[in-house]
Amino acid sequence: MGRTPDRRIREVESQAVTTRTAQHTAPGAVRARRSLYLQYLVEPFIYLSPAIVLIGAVMLIPLIIGISYSFQAIDLLRPFNTGWIGFENYLALWSDRKFWIALQNTFTWTFWSITFQFLLGLGLALLLNTQFHGKKLFQALVFLPWAVPTFLSALTWAWLFNPVIGPLPHWLAALGVLSEPYNILGDPALAMWGPIVANIWFGVPFFAITLLAALQSIPSELYEAAEIDGATSWQCFTKITLPFLAPMIAITVMLRTIWIANFADLIFVMTGGGPANSTHIVSSYIFTTAFRKLDFGYASAVAVALLLLLLFYAVVLLWLRKKLVRV
Amino acid sequence: MSQIRTHPLATIGKYTALALYLAFALLPLYWLLKIAVTPDRLIFTDGVELWPSELTTDNFRSVLFKTDFLAYFGNSLFVSLGTAAATTLIAAGAGYAFSRFNFAGKRIIIAVMLVTQMFPLLMIIAPIYRIVANFGMLNSLTSLIVVYTAFNIPFATFLMQSFFDGIPKDLEEAAMMDGCTRFQALRKVIFPLTLPGLGATLGFVFTAAWSELLFALMLISKNDAMTFPVGLLTFVSKFSVDWGQMMAAGVLALIPSCLFFIFIQRYLVQGLTSGAVKG
Amino acid sequence: MARIELKGVAKRYGSVEVLRDIDLAIGDGEFIVLVGPSGCGKSTLLRMIAGLEPITGGDFFIDGTRMNDARPRERDIAMVFQSYALYPHMDVARNMGFSMEIRRRPQSERANRVKQAAETLGLSALTERLPRALSGGQRQRVAMGRAIVRDPRAFLFDEPLSNLDAALRVEMRLEIARLHKRLGATMIYVTHDQVEALTLADRIVVLDGGDIQQIGTPLELYERPANKFVACFIGSPTMNVVPATGQGGTLTLKNGTQVALPHTADLDRAAELGVRPEHIDLVDAEDADLTGTVDLVEHLGSDTNIYVNIDNVGMLMVRRRGNAPNRSGDRVFLRLQRENTHVFAFDDSALGHVSVKAA
Repeated sequence: MGRTPDRRIREVESQAVTTRTAQHTAPGAVRARRSLYLQYLVEPFIYLSPAIVLIGAVMLIPLIIGISYSFQAIDLLRPFNTGWIGFENYLALWSDRKFWIALQNTFTWTFWSITFQFLLGLGLALLLNTQFHGKKLFQALVFLPWAVPTFLSALTWAWLFNPVIGPLPHWLAALGVLSEPYNILGDPALAMWGPIVANIWFGVPFFAITLLAALQSIPSELYEAAEIDGATSWQCFTKITLPFLAPMIAITVMLRTIWIANFADLIFVMTGGGPANSTHIVSSYIFTTAFRKLDFGYASAVAVALLLLLLFYAVVLLWLRKKLVRV
Repeated sequence: MSQIRTHPLATIGKYTALALYLAFALLPLYWLLKIAVTPDRLIFTDGVELWPSELTTDNFRSVLFKTDFLAYFGNSLFVSLGTAAATTLIAAGAGYAFSRFNFAGKRIIIAVMLVTQMFPLLMIIAPIYRIVANFGMLNSLTSLIVVYTAFNIPFATFLMQSFFDGIPKDLEEAAMMDGCTRFQALRKVIFPLTLPGLGATLGFVFTAAWSELLFALMLISKNDAMTFPVGLLTFVSKFSVDWGQMMAAGVLALIPSCLFFIFIQRYLVQGLTSGAVKG
Repeated sequence: MARIELKGVAKRYGSVEVLRDIDLAIGDGEFIVLVGPSGCGKSTLLRMIAGLEPITGGDFFIDGTRMNDARPRERDIAMVFQSYALYPHMDVARNMGFSMEIRRRPQSERANRVKQAAETLGLSALTERLPRALSGGQRQRVAMGRAIVRDPRAFLFDEPLSNLDAALRVEMRLEIARLHKRLGATMIYVTHDQVEALTLADRIVVLDGGDIQQIGTPLELYERPANKFVACFIGSPTMNVVPATGQGGTLTLKNGTQVALPHTADLDRAAELGVRPEHIDLVDAEDADLTGTVDLVEHLGSDTNIYVNIDNVGMLMVRRRGNAPNRSGDRVFLRLQRENTHVFAFDDSALGHVSVKAA
């Protein structure tokens, strides 16, 4: 208790004099820069160093090596044919039809996944923000898909789409969506929807949890005030709830988009990119190139391309946000 | 929002929506369980029935005792527990530093950690494969633990930081006035108070490590070192007809994550809320 | 018990100076209050004495030993935090005995000291409770108990009463005064509340903007503030300050009123005149310095605050004993008590008196 005001006061105290810079050096200034002061400088790094070392060694150094791979020919199946080849991998990429299909698929995959995850997640969060019987149990159960390991979600949904043991094709046929109960994962025109549905199932809880947390931080006085002012519940939603959630939504959607664009597990397990490459997204294409063809040079070039696209996306989004916030 | 004025139609709508969400969330899991307890000979005749006409535990028994399932399970448990313990320990240190100190380079380190959460992890799969191979560490569970630990540190660090931020700084300062060194204060005062946070982080990392597939697939090829996802996947391609056993294996794989999930879910919204308020 | 001495102590965060050139000598058993508005650096100074913030310049001594680089534990100083900072997972007794636990003192000694401290603070019945089961006042007592159990060389208090309600604050203030009397310990107390400062302190240190404005006993600060800041900060209600010019021995207000102040030195440098509300009398028209209209009257029971509007001078607040009959709109005649006026120069410093005793 009383914690926050205290800390705030202290912050104010240290800020209050910001305009005044050091004009004269106090007599003991140099001498004092010894043990206690040194300890203050060194101490945080004692706690941080394991994390820094590990992230550096396992993520940053390989990242740099990975970028350098993209300019080399490293094909484990052709071990004598290695060396620097400049932009050859990128040139190959430019004329690689599979890559462009994968890129297109990445958009489809990411767009539909994020849209449904977000809308369904928002709906669930709004429901969970009301009162009803058995809410705790309900919440635990609807959040459960998030806890299911991804490879298992993928397998389960692949089985559900299989007309031999799964009900989905039969139901879809009965509804008239499919002409007959067959496996859509084998149909190049529809196969992408298999992983997308699995992804939606897996991702709704994440959005619901995040948005629920944000919803609960909206002060209830706002709704009471609006109600006294005679607002309808739809007006409450559009005038209070959405504006309050907007910053949270923006950041979550941005991070999640990048995450989904990178997320190859479901596709790899459910379709392996098939049939006829119709479900490859860029990241599953990277994995297949590295894992099945062992062509590390080319896989790295594809990865760098994906990285650049994502960076571009992030920069555009941040720029847009800055623009919108100013207006 | 108020309970008093809600239209009966709205109430019906709300409960219908709740039911639909519940059905969507549980159907796949239910189906997994249903096929797993259906005897082999009935799988096709029962087909799309919602309820199996006969129950059996044969599938579970044969998965447990006639396959390498238990070995995979053990490997995964070892890797996941190892990763969770190492990550939580390291992330607790880093999160504590972020929460309590202001130091040169703090912003840069945080930014780098955020970036590692953004770039495609698959990007480093090739370099990691070659590095691990050069050390002769392919097919070693230790190398998986090291790699997973590094992957999970950034997120776990931010999680731990938000838990540390929730503990007043005054407490360890009071402990230091009482005669503790900073580390003693951490151990005797702060540590007991972050136990829920440590638990949540452990659970989180455990679940992530338990389900990781692609790196394990790349780094592990020997049957006796396979983790659960890798094992199950090869299992599926080897015995692609034995539906009942596959689903039984799936159900068993679900158990540890669900246990952890039940444990952590109550801290989840809380942890994210404090994060949300700050951001 | 200890003497504490600061010589030219400074605090800097990067290029930002929070405290400059602080010189302060605190005697054994003295009760010092650091007071100032938020942002003045008083809490930072206290934390530097505690060892929680490194000292970036100057020298700091406890009993003549230089302690700049000593860890908090090596300084043997106890501190009571604004938030109390009780360990939530330990009961009251363990909270109070924690410092001795850390120093590995025998169990029996620990139990004894805790019991004694609990008795003096009236906590005996609560020793097995957890902090969350205590009221605000009880928590405050436990925090103090934690400090006195170990018999430290000095006590630091960081705005200890600011989280309590008004009635409890008065009660705990008395408790702290009593504690100081009984222990005779050196105490340093930070507050932004000038009433706490005036009632508790042997000497008050007024800080503003990272500088010491004045050090003195409560009466000295009230009667002879060194500058306009101290004059306005100490005393409630706050001092009236109006523009004025001086020449010879006479001060001239903006509406032409002349006030003779022969005892004030250097009156030519005068820029403003300050008078406390309790030092303005309501008089008959012939004795008046100023004439004005009552704007607003506040009845406090024991006193009445009268806001008087004076053309070309501004609003003056007058404080009268008891329940004054004045009403808003009344014409009133004011006289300033000559011996209680303060004159400030353009740099806000107070002009001195021509050796008051001789005169």
